[in-house]
Amino acid sequence: MKTKIFKPEKRAVLLQGDQAVVEGALAAGVEFFAGYPITPASEIAEGFARELPKIGGKFLQMEDEIAGMAAVVGASLAGKKSITATSGPGFALKQENLGFATMVEAPLVVVNVQRVGPSTGLPTSPSQGDLMQTRWGRNGDQEIIALAPASVAESYELTIKAVNLSEKFRQPVVLLLDEVIGHLREKIYLNDSEEIEIINRKRPTADQDPKSYLPYQQTDDLIPPMADYGSGFKYHTSGLFHDQSGFPDGKKETAKLMQDRLHNKLHNNLEQIIFYQKDIRNDDRVAVLSYGSTARTAISAVNTGRKDNLKAGWFKLQTVWPFAEREVAKLAAQVETIIVPELNQGQLIREVERAVAGQARVLGINSYAGELIKPEAIRDLMEEVL
Amino acid sequence: MNRYEIRLSGAGGQGMILAGKILAEAGVMVDNLNISQSQSYGPESRGGASRSEIVFDEDQIDFPKVIKPDLLVCLTQESFDQYGSDLKSYGVIIVDSRIDISAVRQEFKDNVYQLNILDLAARKIGEEISANMIVLGVISRIIQNKIPVEFIKKAIIEKVPPETIDINMEAFDLGFDLKLDKRSYIYGRI
Repeated sequence: MKTKIFKPEKRAVLLQGDQAVVEGALAAGVEFFAGYPITPASEIAEGFARELPKIGGKFLQMEDEIAGMAAVVGASLAGKKSITATSGPGFALKQENLGFATMVEAPLVVVNVQRVGPSTGLPTSPSQGDLMQTRWGRNGDQEIIALAPASVAESYELTIKAVNLSEKFRQPVVLLLDEVIGHLREKIYLNDSEEIEIINRKRPTADQDPKSYLPYQQTDDLIPPMADYGSGFKYHTSGLFHDQSGFPDGKKETAKLMQDRLHNKLHNNLEQIIFYQKDIRNDDRVAVLSYGSTARTAISAVNTGRKDNLKAGWFKLQTVWPFAEREVAKLAAQVETIIVPELNQGQLIREVERAVAGQARVLGINSYAGELIKPEAIRDLMEEVL
Repeated sequence: MNRYEIRLSGAGGQGMILAGKILAEAGVMVDNLNISQSQSYGPESRGGASRSEIVFDEDQIDFPKVIKPDLLVCLTQESFDQYGSDLKSYGVIIVDSRIDISAVRQEFKDNVYQLNILDLAARKIGEEISANMIVLGVISRIIQNKIPVEFIKKAIIEKVPPETIDINMEAFDLGFDLKLDKRSYIYGRI
């Protein structure tokens, strides 16, 4: 079955962020979606409902977000690249099975188009309030990868990267949009599919005897080859700590070995996971550090400020988790002040302060009632500190 | 073209978001023009405030929403009261005739054009819901040196249900031919 159905046209297209997620996922080889529609992520479900049947893929609207998440884990174990999409209230419901996916190492992508919370909050307004929920929303000590696009074009590109990372590391990946990016329409030129690198999960080799297959084998790269359910390999998946065979094993050594492997399979490869963009000149004294829609505000404020000779630059995180600690520490050694605009009461700033460790002054600008931060607000603060 | 910002505001169900989408689609047809189109609305499908914003720029569009509109359309009193004083000094405000504009800021008095958009839609087209196409006609005339009229017409044909193309085009033409009688020279500055 062919998975790449999007034939990029030479002419430009007007695409919504949510639609770009669908196109990106299809280009990356996603064949399964299960979920429950919710503003401002419903357009993602609609897009998959329209497109997946055309390529022999499956779209399932489940009874709720919990079931949607469970179905996605199942489809992933059955060998399909799988995705679900939701917003804050649904993301809360998905946490338990997202933890399960981490434990059984099911590659999949969860899209969260953020709206203002808590609870059902403001359904049609943007927020970045789920940043910490993405990192710590589940029980137990665990890693997560989360990418955050700042434009429609980036929604396309980072969805492909999210699918690739999930496949490469056997790891659930969260794609964090917000209402502005999800609903924004922009003119974009989609990549030629030949240029897109597509990563598929490592499977057992052809000569692997199903009887001796270890689904959670301790390999050198810490990523066990994954057999598709239904392909002749019978194995057990469990949310309990398990040994290489997949069966529960409560021994402390087993639990430690597995915890270390889940952590190190990502932390040994941070350079493949942490993406960012920056424009910091040697003599810049202020940096605005942001992600998602606030990065648009930040870049606008910096670019207009530079026309008036403000010594300011910008640093945009594309990967928000794992946090780019080393890069931010380096940035702090370069500038005097780091401004962190956020659509919440201050979440990313805690990570920034931790990484900066006193090397630079860190100041937040916060908007948490559903409005984007205006470039003017950042401009004013830049002028104040310069 | 330098950055040009349009804000369309009204009530949910008046089609301001569709009008914004059509302007954005028309903009896509212009080479080397970047477009960001966004909207703001409440959870209800009719009623409540609704706003659609379009930004055109030949340069990269950093901030994707309107900072200060060049062109503002208000179809309800609520939207005029909320947005009527947020405009570039040389901007244009198109306001429906039913709206009380006595509270307009002194500096914007000459920027306001009151047109009987909703009445025309109801009386001449027979559907008040066509008001958004009249608005598109008005805008199309104002920005014709930036986005060719035929591109906007083409976008309408692509975006509206096929059986409604005729009535929508009729409303568009009606809007296009409306006289901005107060200061027609303004076309030169927009």
